[in-house]
Amino acid sequence: MNATVQPSGRRPARLTTGRIGLYAFLPISALFFLTPLYVMMVTSLKTMPEIRSGSILSWPSAHNLDAWVRASSQACTGLSCNGIQTGFWNSVRILVPSVAASIAVGAVTGYTLSFWRARGAKTLFAALMIVAFMPYQVFIYPLVRLFAMAGVGNSLLGIVLVHTIFGLPTMTLLFRNHFAALPMELFKAARVDGAGFWRIFLQIMLPMAVPIAVVAMILQVTGIWNDFLLGLVFTGCRNLPMTVQLNNIVASSQGERLYNVDMAATMLTALVPLCIYFISGRWFVRGIAAGAVKG
Amino acid sequence: MSLTASRMLPNNNFVGLRQYATLIDNGRWQVSVVNLALFGVLFLAASLVLGFILAALIDQRVRAESLLRSVFLYPFSMSFIVIGLAWRWLLDPTLGIEKLLHDIGLTGAHFDWLIRPDRVIFTLVLTAVWHASGLVMAIMLAGLRGIDREIWNAARVDGISTWRTLVFIVAPMLRGSFATAFVLLATSVVRLYDLSVATTNGGPGIASELPAKFVMDYLFDRGNIGLAAAAAAAATTMLATVAMVVAPWFYWQTRRSRQAGMA
Amino acid sequence: MQHELPVPHGLVRPGAVSLRGVEIAYGSFRVLDRLDLEVAQSEFLVLLGPSGCGKSTLLNAVAGLTEVDAGEIWVGGRNVTWKEPKDRGIAMVFQSYTLYPRMTVRGNMSFGLQVAGIARAEIQRRVREAAAMLRIEDLLDRKPAELSGGQRQRVAIGRALVREAAVCLFDEPLSNLDAQLRTELRTEIKRLHVRLGATMIFVTHDQIEALTLADRIAVMRDRRIQQLGTPTEIYTRPVSRFVATFVGCPAMGFIAGHLVEGRRFKADGLDLSLDGYQALGEMAAGRPVDLGIRPEHITLAPGHPEAIEAPLELVEPMGSDLLAWVRLGTVSLAMRLPAETPLSLGDRLPVMLPASRFNLFDAASGLRI
Repeated sequence: MNATVQPSGRRPARLTTGRIGLYAFLPISALFFLTPLYVMMVTSLKTMPEIRSGSILSWPSAHNLDAWVRASSQACTGLSCNGIQTGFWNSVRILVPSVAASIAVGAVTGYTLSFWRARGAKTLFAALMIVAFMPYQVFIYPLVRLFAMAGVGNSLLGIVLVHTIFGLPTMTLLFRNHFAALPMELFKAARVDGAGFWRIFLQIMLPMAVPIAVVAMILQVTGIWNDFLLGLVFTGCRNLPMTVQLNNIVASSQGERLYNVDMAATMLTALVPLCIYFISGRWFVRGIAAGAVKG
Repeated sequence: MSLTASRMLPNNNFVGLRQYATLIDNGRWQVSVVNLALFGVLFLAASLVLGFILAALIDQRVRAESLLRSVFLYPFSMSFIVIGLAWRWLLDPTLGIEKLLHDIGLTGAHFDWLIRPDRVIFTLVLTAVWHASGLVMAIMLAGLRGIDREIWNAARVDGISTWRTLVFIVAPMLRGSFATAFVLLATSVVRLYDLSVATTNGGPGIASELPAKFVMDYLFDRGNIGLAAAAAAAATTMLATVAMVVAPWFYWQTRRSRQAGMA
Repeated sequence: MQHELPVPHGLVRPGAVSLRGVEIAYGSFRVLDRLDLEVAQSEFLVLLGPSGCGKSTLLNAVAGLTEVDAGEIWVGGRNVTWKEPKDRGIAMVFQSYTLYPRMTVRGNMSFGLQVAGIARAEIQRRVREAAAMLRIEDLLDRKPAELSGGQRQRVAIGRALVREAAVCLFDEPLSNLDAQLRTELRTEIKRLHVRLGATMIFVTHDQIEALTLADRIAVMRDRRIQQLGTPTEIYTRPVSRFVATFVGCPAMGFIAGHLVEGRRFKADGLDLSLDGYQALGEMAAGRPVDLGIRPEHITLAPGHPEAIEAPLELVEPMGSDLLAWVRLGTVSLAMRLPAETPLSLGDRLPVMLPASRFNLFDAASGLRI
């Protein structure tokens, strides 16, 4: 084996069987993943006769936005026929305070757990882990009763509280892991400088937590927007979020089912998380990874 | 609470394990448990395998890598309700994929699983795999990128084929990623509610009933007697989760941190 | 700033630090055993020891970052055992640069003063003075990420200086720097000490830093101070084999043997007179001992009647001088010689081991005899 000797034999072909399989498998999988989105899209742009006569994959003959208009402002859920836009605004009203509250509480808890040897920190941590892994159904009934007693059942405040509570484990872990990676000496230096609990948090730690806060926000916005169960149970009839309304619209279609309207409503509901996903890109993946590595 | 003869106001009239006995005799509960087991095993296996394959393929320095990653992962960003409705439409026995197959000449083909009690659970598996394998891919890809590239070169020098390297050398190194993905998916299995509501609503009949949905229905639709059954079901689910997922996970985590502590 | 402070006679000086019976444990794990230490005003004290000996814990206790389980800590005549770090009259520099990443250099240096509510003009004056002293004036508006390692540590020192504290604590501040910067900043810190006259307590595991900086060194091992003394004392009269080995580079050489009648030392193939050795106590014959001697204390003495013929085994040139490894009995010892000494392997060198330079340690306890 002498390095100076010219390589003998033919240069091996780059395109091996494996490589061909690779380039076949990936596009096929991609099609599998894309088809539902494509079908939703084209269905929502078709008219009902076209849906009945044509294939679900066919391109719409005329770009027809009627279904979208009906879905957003006329579709019926039970008795009211205001379309899904009420749900949209309900979701926004739930989303904004819930995201803000859960991130704020999670950041403070994570900070406390990583830097201050608080009493009961281990207990709190264990409790958070249990909540993180348990099915929500286990907690729903006790919470419903508790909220009814406290007088916040079936209200906006109630659902915000619920989202904050159920968001707490992930948010806390996210921030705790972020802060735990910082040198303890930074915290010590700030204490020698005379800064207290809140000053260290607000002036030193929080500015360093901006990236993780963005990740947390992506995670919470998608999670809370997509929530169905909690919204169904805790909001009461007046504040039902978009996902619940969507399900009601589709389930309560009377007479002929308007598939194009259903799909338009579905697309509208999916729009917010999809936009966040495609805009945030790598941050979204980072969020999942950070949320996934619990503990 | 599941140990009391509970009505809407919980009292402490202790009736022992009778509620659990009642629960076990409940036919709908039996169906939902069997469904959960079937769904859980198929969904976990399919998602983990598909996710790993996708990650391994993407890791082979393919073109358009970031585009492919986005395509595989986007379903995960959507609500279960949304994807449930989308798939319900795709699987619609009169206008969905079955019609497509008929239109291209396969008139004998049947794809009516959504309304066949013995097949309907597989449609849930399909939908859930579509939703979650992108997540598995993302986790696996992160794991693969964390592995020293030298391992591939070493295997090549030793004359080990690519797929053998992948299966026997690289996959075992991704234990942590597999565990993470497994725990995430497994907890979502037990929680699964929205998807079944949107896709099949438990139907046809009770053929696609799942424990999480059982709990919800009994909790809110059936008033007093249902409550206790729901509580019992919830407690059972909780115990099963702890036993099957959380306990091994914690064990693994503490062992890992202890090893790290000694190193 | 501090060096012209008049110190009233009879009062406890503001920079004196005193630890009385300090004990610290983490759960059942002891980190410091009843420890007493007095540091005088304007003294430069170095805590030297291997990692895990408790030296950083001791410093953290003085700073108030670790709570003590027993004992008292006094700074400048005040019992500060239960005071917050900011109220102890101390400043501290850490090993990693620990600058607040989102603040400019100026912001980093002013932060503690702002917290303390000091007037803006006064803050500006102090920052300006400290920056001038450390030659970082042109870095004041940069962020930490834009600084090199050496610059960052200068800023960290600056942040301590602006507190104008009577006591400055350093927790291995140089160990993250490369060799050249380390030497440079070492000199800088020494210069600051001379100029400010503040009391400095400096933790390190680097014996060269300890020897060059310290007025006194406290060598720590296993939660205790083994020896407290001037660098010269520590170097020339180590109280234990541990101190002898830990301080000095290249390390002291050792010969295992035992004492015999007539103040002599015997080992395999060696018989040395101990006349001139200042013993601490009685030298009982038969006692097993380790005889230690530093490389520079072994000399060449051609023609001297007591010189020992020792074969040369290895030569390590070190620039200004060289290390010659010679065989004495069954052991190899290093001797330091001028670089130009003509040597060739296999030479038999006439070697002198002066008894006055010996260090005798009990073989069992490792303590000086």
